Amino acid sequence: MKKTPLNAVHRQLKARMVDFGGWDMPVQYSGVIAEHQAVRTAAGLFDVSHMGEIEVSGRSAQEFLQYVTTNDLTKLTDGQVQYSALCYEHGGVVDDLTLYRFTGERFMLCVNAANISNDLAWLLSLTSSYNDTDLMITDSSDTYGLLALQGPQAQPILAPLTSVNLDELSYYHFTAATVAGIDLLISRTGYTGEDGFELYCPADSTVMLWQALMQAGSPLGLMPCGLGARDTLRLEKGYALYGHEISAEILPLEARLGWITKLDKGEFVGRAALHKARELGIPRQLIGLKLTVPGVPRQGYPVLCDGREVGFVTSGTSSPTLKQGIALALVDSQSAATGKSWQIEIRRSAKDAETVSLPFV
Amino acid sequence: MDFPEELKYTEEHEWIAIEADIATIGISDFAQNQLGDVVFVELPEVGDELEVGKPFGVVESVKAVSDVYSPLSGEVVEINEELPDAPETLNTSPYEDGWMIKIRLSDPQEIDDLLDASAYQELVADE
Repeated sequence: MKKTPLNAVHRQLKARMVDFGGWDMPVQYSGVIAEHQAVRTAAGLFDVSHMGEIEVSGRSAQEFLQYVTTNDLTKLTDGQVQYSALCYEHGGVVDDLTLYRFTGERFMLCVNAANISNDLAWLLSLTSSYNDTDLMITDSSDTYGLLALQGPQAQPILAPLTSVNLDELSYYHFTAATVAGIDLLISRTGYTGEDGFELYCPADSTVMLWQALMQAGSPLGLMPCGLGARDTLRLEKGYALYGHEISAEILPLEARLGWITKLDKGEFVGRAALHKARELGIPRQLIGLKLTVPGVPRQGYPVLCDGREVGFVTSGTSSPTLKQGIALALVDSQSAATGKSWQIEIRRSAKDAETVSLPFV
Repeated sequence: MDFPEELKYTEEHEWIAIEADIATIGISDFAQNQLGDVVFVELPEVGDELEVGKPFGVVESVKAVSDVYSPLSGEVVEINEELPDAPETLNTSPYEDGWMIKIRLSDPQEIDDLLDASAYQELVADE
């Protein structure tokens, strides 16, 4: 199993470790609910070093990325981050990603851990139409550690450790910086719905960075957080997750990702299929459901509308904030528009639910 | 981790307290710790007949669903009515306030198949 540079630290903290797509990762330290609440009220520190970093550079880097991603890259300036996706020709999603623009000729893609080699192979297969011998696609995943510092106390914790004025770093922007003596990238991004930062550091400095942040943050309520809380936090905010709301079998237009699918930006991989789907009518739609009775929806559970099965749960959990079962569900568009009574089938028993506008929290 | 001496246990991590022909059943401290924050509990109804080794209830944490298996055969005579509204009690007090059901034994000989505290402790040491 693959390990991040922090593996020994997690074990020392007595984290519960799980196999997450081939990575030995912490699912929780003190407990999912306590960690979740720390991020909502103070701050949490996540090891997300398993995520992949793919660097794309060269004179045609921008043109290439504009062609392979769904969002409109030409809107981006140096030091800006964009949420985007790679699609197959048939419109299904290869992966979702954040795209970092250093310059018009140098970019970095942060991709899902489980997809690194697939993304890389996909990108390389698409380079053939580019005669630019300068176009370089490099997997730099092993050279980076990645920590996510998230929560309302994230800035007060980070500020004293760096000379960068964090007030000047806007949401979805990044900058080179020194934190606790380590040269790294600070990105004002995250996956929790709270303010926060993601810090890309040299792999061999990850332990030092973790310790510096924990030491600075503990008095402000900073807690180490695992993948369990990462999942409940993102789900309360309705954020899509690869393998759940995002897959080769789901169109981005079905998964509430229309805002990163710019069909009018010009030609890109998957555009023709997505354009056609929009013309014909998007067959399914992702909706938010909340159980009105006790229970926990889980991925794959059937969703019933007016007594008929119309789709399935893509992600579900017990919301630590609402103390209720919540779910994202992919259902037929007709039901999503006109359905009245909703239920989620849990262990062959239909449990009453109601649709809610996202985010849940 | 706590393994009260006076209780019996199963390999599926239930505990059993036996008084005359009534068995009180819950999940062990080890089980609640493995599950993490319990957020949902489903219990049988009073009068249900339970069969040894068959699931009688469900415990869900944020991340996982677990069946709870009946360690003995018998009729449910009482359930912990407060548990479904306060599932976290399974984490905070697995052996006392977190008891799940009481059954009237139909085959007391099944008790011989249960583990004592030291045998159970040995079992979980390997997990």
